[in-house]
Amino acid sequence: MLRAEKICYRYDKDIPLLEGVICTINSGEIVGLPGPSGCGKSTLARLMAGFDHPQSGIIFCNDQALPASGFSPVQMIFQHPELAVNPRWKIGKILAEGNTDCSELLQRFGIGLNQLERYPHELSGGELQRITLIRAMTPATRYLIADEMTASLDPATQALIWQTVLSWAKSRQVGVLAISHDASLLNCICDRIDNGFCLQSPSSHLREPIAA
Amino acid sequence: MRAPSISLPRVAAVTPIPRLTNRTRAWLACLSCITFLVMLFVAAALLGRSGLDIDFLHRKLAPSLAYPFGTDWLGRDMLTRTVLGLCRSLAIGLLAAGCSSVISIVLGIMAGTMGRRVDSVLSLLIDTVMATPHLVLLILVSFACGGGPQGIIIAVAVSHWPRLARIIRAELLQLRESEFIHLSRKLGKTPSWIALHHLLPHLLPQFMIGLILMFPHAILHAAGLTFLGFGLTPHEPSIGMLLSESMRHLSTGYWWLAILPGLSLVFTVKLFDILGNNLRTLLDPRTAQE
Repeated sequence: MLRAEKICYRYDKDIPLLEGVICTINSGEIVGLPGPSGCGKSTLARLMAGFDHPQSGIIFCNDQALPASGFSPVQMIFQHPELAVNPRWKIGKILAEGNTDCSELLQRFGIGLNQLERYPHELSGGELQRITLIRAMTPATRYLIADEMTASLDPATQALIWQTVLSWAKSRQVGVLAISHDASLLNCICDRIDNGFCLQSPSSHLREPIAA
Repeated sequence: MRAPSISLPRVAAVTPIPRLTNRTRAWLACLSCITFLVMLFVAAALLGRSGLDIDFLHRKLAPSLAYPFGTDWLGRDMLTRTVLGLCRSLAIGLLAAGCSSVISIVLGIMAGTMGRRVDSVLSLLIDTVMATPHLVLLILVSFACGGGPQGIIIAVAVSHWPRLARIIRAELLQLRESEFIHLSRKLGKTPSWIALHHLLPHLLPQFMIGLILMFPHAILHAAGLTFLGFGLTPHEPSIGMLLSESMRHLSTGYWWLAILPGLSLVFTVKLFDILGNNLRTLLDPRTAQE
C-alpha cells in the first residue's frame, strides 16, 4: 500500500497548498485523482513519487518510508515525455536505463525495433510517452503515478496506452494513481476516484492575481 | 477504331549528382580545416629559418614566383616570416585558450554544483571580468607579467574564461532541474553514473565548441598585444610584430608587407570559426542526422 499520511506542502509560506492530505493506493488498484488546475494534484504526485519532500507528514510504501536512493518502487510518468528523456540519447539507451527486458512491452505498445536506433526528436509525442512508460514498467515497479500522462495525445493513442497499462498493472498487482482533468476518462479506467483531495484544497487557496 | 498511340517525349536519363548531406559536408569542412592547419606546421618545418636571414640584395621585392609574399626592407622572405609567425600565434593561442578553458570548466562546475553562495560569488566574479574592457585587462595583465609569450598567455587566459564558464554554469543549472535527471535518480542511478552518462554528453560539446571558438580570440588578442608593443619581442617572427612593423612602410607603397600577412591571419581565424560551427552541427543530434 502506498499511503500519503497528513501531507502538508506550500510553495509560499503564507499560502497553504496541501494541508493534511491523505491519499492511499492499494496494490493492483487504479485510483483516479481529479481536480481543477492549481489545486495541487501534480505537487501531490511529485511528493508521493519522492521527487520532493513534504514539509510535514510521511509517505509510506508498504509500511516503509520511500527509499532515498536506489531503484524506487514508485515510478512517475509526466505529461511531457520530451522532457523526461535525454535528448542526446538514442531510444534504446533510454529504455535500457530503467528496463532491460522490455521486448514484450515493446510489442504490446506497438513500438518497432527500428525505433530503438532513433533520437527522441525523431519520434512523435505518443511514441515517446510509450517509451517513458516502458522504461518505468519494470518488474520492480510497485506503483505508477501518471500525472496527466495522456493529456496531450490523440484518443486512439490514449486508448492504446491505458489499455496496455491497465492490463499490465492488474496482472502484476501494480497500483496506479491516475491524475487527470478528464472526469469521464477517470470514470472509465479507475476502480476508485479519490475526491477527498480536491475538496480539501479549494481553489480559494490560490493566490489572486495582483492588480496592476 | 484504334486510337493512335500517344508517344511521350523521351527524357534522357540524367544521373543525378549525389547531393552531400549536411553531415558529410560538416565532416569535409572539419577535415579540410584541420588539414590546412597541419599543413601550416609542416610548411613551417620545411621552410626552415633560412628565409629570416638578412639579404640586402633582395630588399623590398614585390610578390613574385620566387618570393610569393615579397620581401621586407631587410630582404627577409615574407612568406617564411608569415608562416612562422602564424605557427607561433597558433601555439600561443592554443596554450592560452587551453588554460582559459580549464579555468572556465573548473569555475563553471563549481558555480553550477556547489550551492547558491558559491554561485553568487562566482557569478559576481564572472560579471566583473566581463564588464572590464577586454583590451585594458589584457594590456595590464600582460604588462604586469613581464610581457613576452608567458605574459600574453596569462593575459588571454585570465580574460577569456567568463563566457565559457557562464555557458557551463547555465547548462549545469538547467540539467540539474530537468525531469530526465530526476527520473534517472528514481531509476536507481548513482550521482556519479548520472554525471558520466547524462551531464558529460551535454557539457562536452559545449566545452569543445567554446574552446575552439576561443582560439580565434586568443590568436587575435596575441597579435593585438604584440602590435601594441606589450607582447612578443621583435626578433621572433609573429603576426602582430609583422603588422606593427609594416605600418611604417605602408605609406611608401609596400602594400604586401601588411596585406598578405593580415589576410593570412584573417583566413586562419576564419578556419577556426568554420571548424567550431561544423563541429556543433556534428555533435548536436538534431542536426547530426540531416
